[in-house]
Amino acid sequence: MKNLKELSTKYRGYLLLVLLALLVAAPLLGFKNSTIRIFCRILMCCTLAGSLNIINGYSGQMSLGHAGFFCVGAYTAAILSTRFGVSFWLVLPLAGIFAAIVGMIVAIPTLRMKGIYLSIITLGASEVIRIIALNWQSLTGGSFGIKDIPRPAFFAFTFDSPLKFYYIFLALAIVFLFVSGRVIHSRIGRSWISIRENELAAKSLGIRTSSAKLVNFMYSAFWAGICGAVYAPYVQYIDSAVFSLDEGFNILSMVIIGGQGTLVGPVIGAVVVNGLTEVLRPIGEWRFVMYGVLIIAMMWVRPQGLAGASDSVLAGGRGWKMKKGKISSLMGGSK
Amino acid sequence: MLKIDNLSVRYGHVEALRDISLEVKEHEIVTLIGSNGAGKTTTLMAISSLAAKDGGRIEFAGTDITNLSPEKVVHLGLAHVPEGRRIFPSLTVYENLLMGTLGNKKLTKAQITELVDTQFALFPRLSERCSQVGGSLSGGEQQMLAVARGLMMNPQMVMLDEPSLGLAPIIVEEIFELILKIRAMGKTVLLIEQNASMALSIADRGYVIANGRVLLSGTGDDLLNNEDVKKAYLGV
Repeated sequence: MKNLKELSTKYRGYLLLVLLALLVAAPLLGFKNSTIRIFCRILMCCTLAGSLNIINGYSGQMSLGHAGFFCVGAYTAAILSTRFGVSFWLVLPLAGIFAAIVGMIVAIPTLRMKGIYLSIITLGASEVIRIIALNWQSLTGGSFGIKDIPRPAFFAFTFDSPLKFYYIFLALAIVFLFVSGRVIHSRIGRSWISIRENELAAKSLGIRTSSAKLVNFMYSAFWAGICGAVYAPYVQYIDSAVFSLDEGFNILSMVIIGGQGTLVGPVIGAVVVNGLTEVLRPIGEWRFVMYGVLIIAMMWVRPQGLAGASDSVLAGGRGWKMKKGKISSLMGGSK
Repeated sequence: MLKIDNLSVRYGHVEALRDISLEVKEHEIVTLIGSNGAGKTTTLMAISSLAAKDGGRIEFAGTDITNLSPEKVVHLGLAHVPEGRRIFPSLTVYENLLMGTLGNKKLTKAQITELVDTQFALFPRLSERCSQVGGSLSGGEQQMLAVARGLMMNPQMVMLDEPSLGLAPIIVEEIFELILKIRAMGKTVLLIEQNASMALSIADRGYVIANGRVLLSGTGDDLLNNEDVKKAYLGV
């Protein structure tokens, strides 16, 4: 076990390169479109669950409302592109920013709360967003949803198949993981971790916990919004039913099963949960029972998730261990 | 250095502090002693703005900090080591120390390295446990870590809330020696203790607090020899 860990840290760069090459080449091996759609879903969930992990895993707040931010992003993208013909590449950041603003609005009243109360508020906010989408007929099409969302194009090249979208989702996941890796080790990221560990102590150390939590929600919602903005043109039709609490809990289960508080955790969670969904398809609705059993078993055997703990081989150790007498990289904003 | 005038704090209808006035001069060790619920911790919380004040005025190093936010108080150089250690349990000792610098954006990498070295020189046990997670330390080590983390801000003054809480007598002695060392580094210390005899024996001055008021004040020796204090707090 220890050797495996050493090896994985030593050859980390190579391993990541190999993994990347595999991911780029995988869809070209002649899979059916339906299989590639599953890959797309997994990659999207990597970003989506990863962004939820920023709240739940890093700052230790229990948000259940991630489907809401996802919804905001998807609807923003759908409305901007169908009504105003805004290009996909502009819609992408706009949807993220708009979701971040909604994230801020949700976060403001929750700043003084934690634990179960915060969870309930985020849960409620998620439903409110979905119900607004369902009832604001003139803007969102109500229960008919929005259809014919234009495919993104890059000059003459149109992203019109799951295979092409696969690469957008892959790029999104990579950018998300890279940026978040940097953010987590910056001053603000460490403030989030200190809040998770002990909020009062964080305050006594001069960390502005409420603004840190606000930024935390906004950052997380931003990425969920971007996910939504890619999702909308990918399926070309969205309606509010997609963004139900079930979806929120599905994302949450990826974070919990994969492991909170590590970047790799939600990625593993996305693969495992979505993989299981496909593998267990033959048993139909019974698979939800399997999820339940799985989550209970996880809580029992490995409450930190598959890759949630610092001792996990999969988690690849800590990014910022001390090398004797020298602060190893990643000291954030200070030069 | 720190001057408190007529500080009052209430929690809802309950009056926790009434018209507390006290002063800590530079390079002094001042201790607040008193029984459970006397208002010692509330005093510290109010000083670092973690508890809302009902009235009064607090001045630190010539600045009025009565209405400042907690992080601004810390920036002025007043560190607060809260009661019950409150270290970050799943971070390593080293990471815990780094967290102590988060509130001060001006620190450079070199200064941070230097501060870490200073803490490790002061707390050799922590340097041995550098890459161990905080939760796996013994109670005494956790307390040392909490103090060291507070010192990472390079404060002028440290407020320690019950550093001897729940520790073995031999460790308590070690902690008190450390407090003397911290003062020797040129810092001012405000110490809250239930272990009154130990606290008074190292303190320059002390205040006895009961029911949210200052009952007595004097030099450490005076209070140690005061009959009332002896009876009530020293168990003689």
